[in-house]
Amino acid sequence: MAVPILKQGGYLIATIQSALTDEDLLRLRDDLANQVGKYRSRGVIVDVTALDVMDSFATRTLRALAYMVRLRGAETVIVGIQPEVAFTMVQLGLTLEDILTALDLEEGLALLNRRTRSVAVSGKRNSYTHKV
Amino acid sequence: MENEIRILIRSEADIVAAREQGRILAKKIGFNGSGPTIIATAISEVARNILQYADHGEIIIDVIHQSKAGGILVIARDDGPGITDVSQVMQVGYTTGKGLGLGLPGARRLMDEFQIVSEPGKGTTVTMKKWV
Repeated sequence: MAVPILKQGGYLIATIQSALTDEDLLRLRDDLANQVGKYRSRGVIVDVTALDVMDSFATRTLRALAYMVRLRGAETVIVGIQPEVAFTMVQLGLTLEDILTALDLEEGLALLNRRTRSVAVSGKRNSYTHKV
Repeated sequence: MENEIRILIRSEADIVAAREQGRILAKKIGFNGSGPTIIATAISEVARNILQYADHGEIIIDVIHQSKAGGILVIARDDGPGITDVSQVMQVGYTTGKGLGLGLPGARRLMDEFQIVSEPGKGTTVTMKKWV
């Protein structure tokens, strides 16, 4: 089942709505990496609230997704990791390393707003600034 | 054995089916909190191993009892190429595939009991238990 990707302003929001096969996750990774360029997005949110299992493959794929998006000049925030899923990931020894996470969609959007604005203000990464 | 469930593993969708069946049975037995998620995740890891290294196999889940305690039994069986060095695949980070090398050692961490029997050319059987 494909994950719908919604374009909202400068961001792309992908909301996982059911359990995903490995292939679905790989497609999401590739779709987002492509659409970041197509829509010139500055941020990506992946909402995993409905994902009831984050095993080693899912974690690896989300990590790859975030790195690919970063290489394309945008930031990714993973939102909605459920407490039971977080506990299991820790037990398994899985980490998302330096990938941004937030409690939910609202917090994720706030985090992206802060990060893309602070970068624009500091001017260190010109790829983020939009000339008005 | 009235609760025994067998799931043939031949595709990625079967991995999803196996972990969902595991979650349902775990809840029925009385696992709560992170318990059903932990069991579903362990099943996901061993089921993916079957698909990746043996092409096909089966997952059997069942209710078990020991004195007054109840628990869940998960058997992952295939007649694939088998594992020459079992101690090597149980090391975190060792992989010959697309994973993180966390599959089998991760599943062992998540469950209370874990046993792997493998014979090159004959196949592999992983037996895992978790008590409520």
